[in-house]
Amino acid sequence: MATKFDWPAADDRSLIGKRHKRVDGPEKARGAAKYSYDRNLDGMLHARLVTSDVPHGRIIGIDTSNAEKVPGYMGQVNILNVGDEVQWVGAEIMAVCADTEEHARDVAAATAVHFERLPHWVKDEDVEKAGEANRVTPAKDDTKGPDLEEAWNSADATVDGYYGLGVIAHCCLEPHGQVVDWTGDEITVYASTQAVARIPADLARGLSRDESIGTVNADQVHVITPYMGGGFGSKFNIDTWGIACAQLSKKTGKPIKLMLDRDEEQMVAGGRPSDYGKIKVGAKKDGTLVAYEAETWSTGGVAGRGSPPVPYVYNNEERLAQKARHLNVSTNIGPARAWRAPNHPQAAVLTMCPMEDLAAKLEMDPVEFFKKNADLTARPEVYRYEIDKCAEMIGWKEKWHQRGDSGPGPVKRGLGLSMHTWGGRPHDSTCEVRIEPDGGVSVNMASQDLGVGTYTTLSVVAAETLGLQIPDIKVNIGSSRLPISGASGGSTTVGGTSASTRRATVNALEELKGVVAEALETEAEDLVAKDGKLFSKSDSSKSLTWKEACRKLGNRTITGQGKQPDREGGKLNDSGVGGVQMADVSVDVETGIVTINKLAAVQDVGLVLCLEQCESQVYGAVIQGIAWALYEESVYDQATGKMLNPDMEFYKLPGAADIGELEVHMVQNKYDDRGVIGIGEPPAISPGAAISNAVANAIGVRVPTLPLTPDRVLAALADA
Amino acid sequence: MSSNNSKEGPACVPDSKPGKGFSRRIFLEGVGIGAGAVGTIGTAVPARADAHEPVGPGPVPITLNINGESHSLEVEPRVTLIDALRNSLDMTGAKKVCDRATCGACTVIVDGSPVYSCTMLAIEAQGRRIETIEGISTEDSMHPVQAQFVDKDAQQCGFCTPGLVMAGKAIADSSARPSMDDVEAGLCGNICRCGTYVGVRKAVYEAARA
Repeated sequence: MATKFDWPAADDRSLIGKRHKRVDGPEKARGAAKYSYDRNLDGMLHARLVTSDVPHGRIIGIDTSNAEKVPGYMGQVNILNVGDEVQWVGAEIMAVCADTEEHARDVAAATAVHFERLPHWVKDEDVEKAGEANRVTPAKDDTKGPDLEEAWNSADATVDGYYGLGVIAHCCLEPHGQVVDWTGDEITVYASTQAVARIPADLARGLSRDESIGTVNADQVHVITPYMGGGFGSKFNIDTWGIACAQLSKKTGKPIKLMLDRDEEQMVAGGRPSDYGKIKVGAKKDGTLVAYEAETWSTGGVAGRGSPPVPYVYNNEERLAQKARHLNVSTNIGPARAWRAPNHPQAAVLTMCPMEDLAAKLEMDPVEFFKKNADLTARPEVYRYEIDKCAEMIGWKEKWHQRGDSGPGPVKRGLGLSMHTWGGRPHDSTCEVRIEPDGGVSVNMASQDLGVGTYTTLSVVAAETLGLQIPDIKVNIGSSRLPISGASGGSTTVGGTSASTRRATVNALEELKGVVAEALETEAEDLVAKDGKLFSKSDSSKSLTWKEACRKLGNRTITGQGKQPDREGGKLNDSGVGGVQMADVSVDVETGIVTINKLAAVQDVGLVLCLEQCESQVYGAVIQGIAWALYEESVYDQATGKMLNPDMEFYKLPGAADIGELEVHMVQNKYDDRGVIGIGEPPAISPGAAISNAVANAIGVRVPTLPLTPDRVLAALADA
Repeated sequence: MSSNNSKEGPACVPDSKPGKGFSRRIFLEGVGIGAGAVGTIGTAVPARADAHEPVGPGPVPITLNINGESHSLEVEPRVTLIDALRNSLDMTGAKKVCDRATCGACTVIVDGSPVYSCTMLAIEAQGRRIETIEGISTEDSMHPVQAQFVDKDAQQCGFCTPGLVMAGKAIADSSARPSMDDVEAGLCGNICRCGTYVGVRKAVYEAARA
């Protein structure tokens, strides 16, 4: 049913779906955007963590006598105490502070922590060895669909393979951390966070456990985060360092800055779980997929993690016989955090790679094979359309060849594809839109912009609704004192915040129309806000500029409220999308080096608000995917239990010259009536599987595990 | 580190021809990371080890010429240029990310060449002409590289942006008509985690050739 809140029809959109400059672009390009790390408050002290250098042990002594003598020493708090256990290298034990950053480092270095060593385990790929070390627990055993044995019997071809990918680090460029200024009863927190509205309660809860502080109420805490330097799923909580930072501020009476060092960031502040699997897939001669069976295992640190959703995308429970068994490997590495589309990138590798191997065995073109089986997915039409579109973009017809049929010469070229899905149900959001007598308009909510374009999308929604331009709108987010909005995770932000903003703006405009109608001697329903004016539909002589109209408010500021969800508020958003990506790679079989020639991405996302920022999200996701497909992996040493590359020299990430040509196509004007759907996760899922499949097509053999480093490529060639 | 050493890094291959190579990363590998050496475009500038009396370890007065203005401050000799800029002078445009001359977020321009300010000591920067992101635009107008970053949506979280802008400015300053290969080589000492390179490449290319 149509409501006044519905998105304008395609012909009536002047801003929605178009290209716009990022609202916060100039501030960032000038280096003027103030991040948490950039806050320098009067009298501020610097804090550092004291962390565990053993992978597993019990603290038997903490000696701060030398630390307290270091020049500039100002205070310390314990995060763990004597008798507590540490379970990974880098585990937070204390926070110390001093007058300068250098002195804070000296204090941390002079703090001695003694451990009783306990046995550790950091390796996940060899599940048998992990089992012998008592590190494996079954996590899931699931059988669905038609009878598995019958299905295997009906298969004309099967593939029985091994696939996997290791642990990677979030590697946020702005590390986790915050500046806390505890003055009187007021605790101001400049936190690098994805969850501005969630931090006050989180911090208050943490502080209330400190008996010397007593009860802290969430409303004492004010979080301020206008900008943050990357999260990717790792920055939802205040964490131990945030609580310790506030305790130090309380103790010293000074503002405290505590941002993690790079090695801490890499070791403890974010890891995506690994996944390895023995996968069996079977199909009939004509390519019909009949069975999928997986034994997978992975680690997400000591506590483990959820299992990957396999089979992925191709998972129709009525027609595909399927069995998935998952094992958890407990390791003494930093605990896993959500990483852009949790578990999906892994599931894509564990499904799309064996499927492409099966297509190769059947000597079928994977495009035909994946399309033929699209009925096993939740959205066959979307995927078929997207496969065709993507194939056109990458030049599949002209360039594809049978696996390994790459001609002479050491550089082999190949194509591969993958598909993905994601929900992205909008998070809860409340918004207040203000219209001032001077014509000013502000959108207010305790959301945050992780770099995805929230400032821009909300400006577009309000401006479109009011018939104004983007610069006419002021977006106030990044403060927990504003109306509450959800955390930015799981592609939930744009759907939630755009809906609450649309509803709030429509409500505010309605109130303004009421005031103006009286002045223009007409009815509110007769008024239209367009092109910077409010005018009468029936009598064009009755017209006011936006400013003139707002002046009629006298001294009064209008506030319009909007919520998500809102049953009466029209259908403004949805969840559930599909996407297809195809990679064109060259592999030098003498050096093992893989080069991306091109990667094409087609993405369905419902109604696009800001095309350019939407595309930027996809480009970024694909580049991150190239990173974990070819370069990055957290490497652990069993002898010492340490991460060997907690840095950015040996934790490899691609640069501007390493990504090849990228082409993105957003499916617009096809699914607009579904409303707005999040874009953060979906395109981050497929790159690894698509690139791995392209490499297999190029060199004729599967390189089983990602990242596809030269040594792994050469080893796979040698094994063939 | 066996499994690490066997890994190839991203293919960042600078042009080694004199006057054309842009890569600071390769230069720094040559002199040894953490040696307090100065990474530059083109000609390598060795750290000054000449005729100074030992100073420190306590704070010493120094003067830095930043964006055409003279700044007097007191820092310990071990303080890096990035920390002096950010902690002592509240010039927080340049970011500290890897702190090991790898990611380029701390890039500033010293005597015309881009430098990782995390790997140059503040005392070494005395007597040199330091340009930071704060100095390349005015209230009213952005530097062409900055304007192109906005125009090409070459930023997401924005934390790497100041470093990339300064690297881009150095490319634009050093060549009137760089090829896209030159641009990529000149940018390959900078890492972006959000994945903005598509816009960044276009932005620097356009700005340099404008």
